[in-house]
Amino acid sequence: MTVNPRLVRAIVAKELREFRRNRSLVVGMAIVPIIFSIQPLVAVFTLTTSASEPLRHEHVLLYMLGIPALVPSLVASYSVVGEREQGTLEPLLTTPIRREELLLGKALATFIPGVVVAYAVFGLFVACVELFAQPGVAAALIHPSDLIAQLLFTPLLAGWSIWVAIVISTRSNDIRVAQQLSTLASLPSVALTTLISLNVIDVSLLTAVITAVVLILLNRIGWRVASALFDRERLILGTKA
Amino acid sequence: MDAVSTAPALSADRLSKHFGDRVAFQDVSFEIGYGEVFGFLGPNGAGKTTTVRTLGTLLTPTSGTASVAGLPLTPDNGVEIRRRISIMPESPGLYLRLTVLENLRCFADLYQVPTATKRIEQVLSAVHLTDRAHDACGALSKGLRQRVALARALLNDPQVLFLDEPTSGLDPVAARGVHDLIDELRQRGVTIFLTTHRLDEAERLCDRVAILNTTLRTIGRPDQLRDELFARTLTVRTAVPLAAPDRVFGSVTGVSSWHENDLTTYVLTVDDPTQAAPAVTRALVQADADVLSINPSHHSLEDVYLELIDVPAGQP
Repeated sequence: MTVNPRLVRAIVAKELREFRRNRSLVVGMAIVPIIFSIQPLVAVFTLTTSASEPLRHEHVLLYMLGIPALVPSLVASYSVVGEREQGTLEPLLTTPIRREELLLGKALATFIPGVVVAYAVFGLFVACVELFAQPGVAAALIHPSDLIAQLLFTPLLAGWSIWVAIVISTRSNDIRVAQQLSTLASLPSVALTTLISLNVIDVSLLTAVITAVVLILLNRIGWRVASALFDRERLILGTKA
Repeated sequence: MDAVSTAPALSADRLSKHFGDRVAFQDVSFEIGYGEVFGFLGPNGAGKTTTVRTLGTLLTPTSGTASVAGLPLTPDNGVEIRRRISIMPESPGLYLRLTVLENLRCFADLYQVPTATKRIEQVLSAVHLTDRAHDACGALSKGLRQRVALARALLNDPQVLFLDEPTSGLDPVAARGVHDLIDELRQRGVTIFLTTHRLDEAERLCDRVAILNTTLRTIGRPDQLRDELFARTLTVRTAVPLAAPDRVFGSVTGVSSWHENDLTTYVLTVDDPTQAAPAVTRALVQADADVLSINPSHHSLEDVYLELIDVPAGQP
């Protein structure tokens, strides 16, 4: 199936405009990264050089991958059920846009701010560590491989959590239920990155590559599954004929 | 004439939609020509909105066939049909945080309107909202939101425009505004499928109407439906009762029967009120009657509607 970029762009532009005007959404997107950053920053700032030595063999920074795993899902869970509740879904469905294009537009509109926020918070965190942590702590904490992992896995995890949330949003009848389920669905990804950062799960280059490939596939499958589950009739009527 | 103008703009043949055991509408058949304003009347729950959604490719029919804007109503044609039509749902469904312009811009892009900026200016002008283009839709009154929704429906210059209860919940002034806009569209030759349960609206705006109550009860021009259902009558009022009404009315050509409504009011069944009225007047004058008024009876579309809507399906 060919995707019409103009239709996708129209949805992305509309969604981003709505995000900008929706203060509660912006606040919601900011709160989780703040929670994710404050405690680690406090811990790092109080860390002595000698105490930071063991961190040279750990991937503490990967903890920050919880942000792209969690933040976009909060917004993406609103995408379909929110349109439906505010009565704007039906006019949208009367246009020539295909469901695949509509969902791709919705996903990209969540992906862009989600990834920007995740990168920004991570960059800020690293900068704070470099500037304000005790000498030697930054060198022990910041590994080039973790930076690459962060760069690579941020969009992949964000994409996956978005598709899961969109699937939930497509099948939900209530925004709150969709948001709760999406948060729950993000927890395995958050748990995985946390366990890696705590060195409970050992990672290597090979496992990282395999995980990346799996996530790429899951993102593609997520788009297809979300499109297949996007039932115009059920979404308009609230029930399947 | 090209193929588009000779084929019906919209047709349905025994079209039905069921939701499990519940019948939304059943065996609906009609044809609508290009440029026609077609009223689809019926009480709440009659299946009007479901019919619009089905013809608009939002719902899949259970049985029957239809063609919309020259294309068979099939899942494969969904995108192309939606490109050629527009639906204005009962609820405007605008993005309230966005401005009028932003709402229209989004839909212009979704319809891939070639010169979007110019077209948006045109539709805003058509609904008299140019000066509100930069207002957030959430700040507009219900009537103005309805006009924005109408502007949105005009963006793609649709071959067929579905208006689902366009004046629902509007005050009389706002409703008049929407009526005037529909009138303007009719003059521009837009085919309009108008669902409403406001009979005055249908009578004023529609070339033909269909009355639906799950099944199609009748279809035709409003005046034609009135003539089919109701006998043509003249109502005569006199100052005092006539001494021999049988002699007065019995001799008048064109009067087939008469009855008294009260002592001074007589209802005459006639073939043609315009021809019978002068003859009845002459007969009354000859009888030295004190005539107060002679009026042709007026049956409204509402009378037709009420007459048909309670009749069980399948009965004449």
